[in-house]
Amino acid sequence: MARAAGLADRGLDLVMALFEAPINAVERVTGKARMPYLFLAPNLVLFGIFTFLPIAIAIGYAFTGGADLLISNRPFVGLDNFRKLLTCDSYLVPGSCEESLFWTAIWNTLWFVGFNVAATLLVALVTALILNRAIAARGFFRAMFFYPVLLSPVVIGLIWKWFLDRNGLLNAFLQMLGVPPEIFLLDVGWSRFFVVVVSVWFHMGFYTLILLAGLQAIPKDLYEAAAIDAATPSRTLFRITLPLLGPNLLVVLILLMIRSVQIFDEAWVLTNGGGPGTANTFIVQYIYQMAFAGDLRLYGLASAASVLMGLVLLVLTLVQLRLGKKVES
Amino acid sequence: MSANVSAIGFFTRTRRAGRIDITDILSWLWLIGGTLAVLVPVLWAGMSSLKPEAEITRFPPTLLPRAAVQVEVQGFDKPLSLWNVTVDGEVREMAMVRRIGLKAQMVDPDNPGDPVSVDTRSISPVQRLTVATENYTDPLTRFNFLTFLKNSVFVTFVATLLTLIVNALAAFALSKYRFRGDKAIFVLIISTLMIPLTVVMVPAYLVIVGVGLVDNLWGVIIPTVASPTGVFLLRQYMLTIPDELIEAARVDAASEFRIFWRIVLPLTAPALAVLAIFSVLWRWNDFLWPLIVLSSRENFTLQVGLNAFQGEFSVQWHYILAMTFLSLIPVTLVFLFLQRYITTGIAGTGMK
Repeated sequence: MARAAGLADRGLDLVMALFEAPINAVERVTGKARMPYLFLAPNLVLFGIFTFLPIAIAIGYAFTGGADLLISNRPFVGLDNFRKLLTCDSYLVPGSCEESLFWTAIWNTLWFVGFNVAATLLVALVTALILNRAIAARGFFRAMFFYPVLLSPVVIGLIWKWFLDRNGLLNAFLQMLGVPPEIFLLDVGWSRFFVVVVSVWFHMGFYTLILLAGLQAIPKDLYEAAAIDAATPSRTLFRITLPLLGPNLLVVLILLMIRSVQIFDEAWVLTNGGGPGTANTFIVQYIYQMAFAGDLRLYGLASAASVLMGLVLLVLTLVQLRLGKKVES
Repeated sequence: MSANVSAIGFFTRTRRAGRIDITDILSWLWLIGGTLAVLVPVLWAGMSSLKPEAEITRFPPTLLPRAAVQVEVQGFDKPLSLWNVTVDGEVREMAMVRRIGLKAQMVDPDNPGDPVSVDTRSISPVQRLTVATENYTDPLTRFNFLTFLKNSVFVTFVATLLTLIVNALAAFALSKYRFRGDKAIFVLIISTLMIPLTVVMVPAYLVIVGVGLVDNLWGVIIPTVASPTGVFLLRQYMLTIPDELIEAARVDAASEFRIFWRIVLPLTAPALAVLAIFSVLWRWNDFLWPLIVLSSRENFTLQVGLNAFQGEFSVQWHYILAMTFLSLIPVTLVFLFLQRYITTGIAGTGMK
């Protein structure tokens, strides 16, 4: 152990020796006052190239057509991509839209967001309330619920795919109860249901943790006062716990919405890329498909869809930041 | 639900030992049910990954991995399968020579004589507990698994190292200096929190094409290195380091880089550790971005490789599950050893 630490130290010394001389040379030229710019440079260059430049490109591309990557080779088409995405006889019927897959994806995403947010919030809240009690093995349970949060979406998709397989454990269990086996992931209703189940399973531990932190910040003497006043448990919940947890609940709600809109990985693996049919095709998958899958290469259309999605996320994030500030103060 | 809350704070304190309330029972049911819901699919996949190919899709499934027993019988070229056969009222293990309709020709494996004809409805295969280690060893040699693993380890390690250095440098500048535009730069960096990869993936890919890093592991690594969460976390921590230490070092004529490397960085170790844990988990589990950037098999990371596996070999669940399980092990180990730091890190910073 000590030897490993010694080696690590020697490694760090080596790295320092490598960088120190050139950086100190810069310091001699520029003076100490300009050094922070040098320290910021790698970060800002990377942000510039991989975050700010792409935003500019996304907006630029959204107004161009064609399949060429070079923006100079792309014809300007004005609002055509947006018009294509947003032209619909009835927005409720994806089939009546020019880009019917886009609207299918939007509706799928909206349904998913609705059910996923409600289910995750409820499960996480109940779990947090229970874990906030002085219950034995609290740490164990907290860790248990949290474990899936760390797993990879691909692994989770595969594990659940196997669990829900025609020859899987769930069907074996149902057979014991006398229910005929079902190919869950090939049924539109069941597959949508299980995408939500898997998503709740995957992420609820994270939100439980945030809510638990909020619950533990509620002053204990409030409950003691309530006990002296002989308040009923439900009154304590609705008059003390939930109002004081309110800001945290709102932050969790918005965070959940932001992340649910971006559903892709686990649903992609679980449903073989959005199936059955387009039942689980979500908006990120639509963007991915337009730009990268097959030979469509509709970068303009994909960018326009990205811009629209970015605007929605921007609004949600601004709301979240507002709420976050309120929670802190 | 409301009943559970009665316990918050006061109830538990006034509870006498040995008294169990209905809310306790409900809570325990919820917790145990939840634990089972987490564990059962994972453990089920783990158990299945040990089953031989022929057994894995058996329905209804067995819990433990078992396989039909094959025996070498004198006078037959190929090994024969062993069955339990009831002959003259006693159960014997016999090897099946052939099967025609409802009749099967069986021989005694130890004493092969003329085959006996028995009714197939009265026989059942002999099975033994068999762990199919080949599910784990085959893909190592046959499906580039080691290449995927090597790529994932490389991406995770290099990206984490760069993430720590690049963001620590930026955090140092933003916490220990006052300079023109410091606030604006901080706000600019934090504002990128608002732009998830999913929104910029198309143009980010075009940038990757532009800089020539398509289908290259560096194309997976570099865009993830500058992290607003990382800058924020490290800056907040560095703000707690007393400026007097830095002043003292300047008096001793230390260069700014030396101050950063020798004083600030070691003192930021706890925050660096939290960021390192998260970076490892993010990069190890990344899927969409590597899926976009990488196109040839020898460059796939584990997650992209696994996804490709299941597309191509969708019937070979014995391999898929074994690979899935192997890729799960590092994360599980990280979790087992660092669980406390991970959960407090999340509760403190709200990052995942």
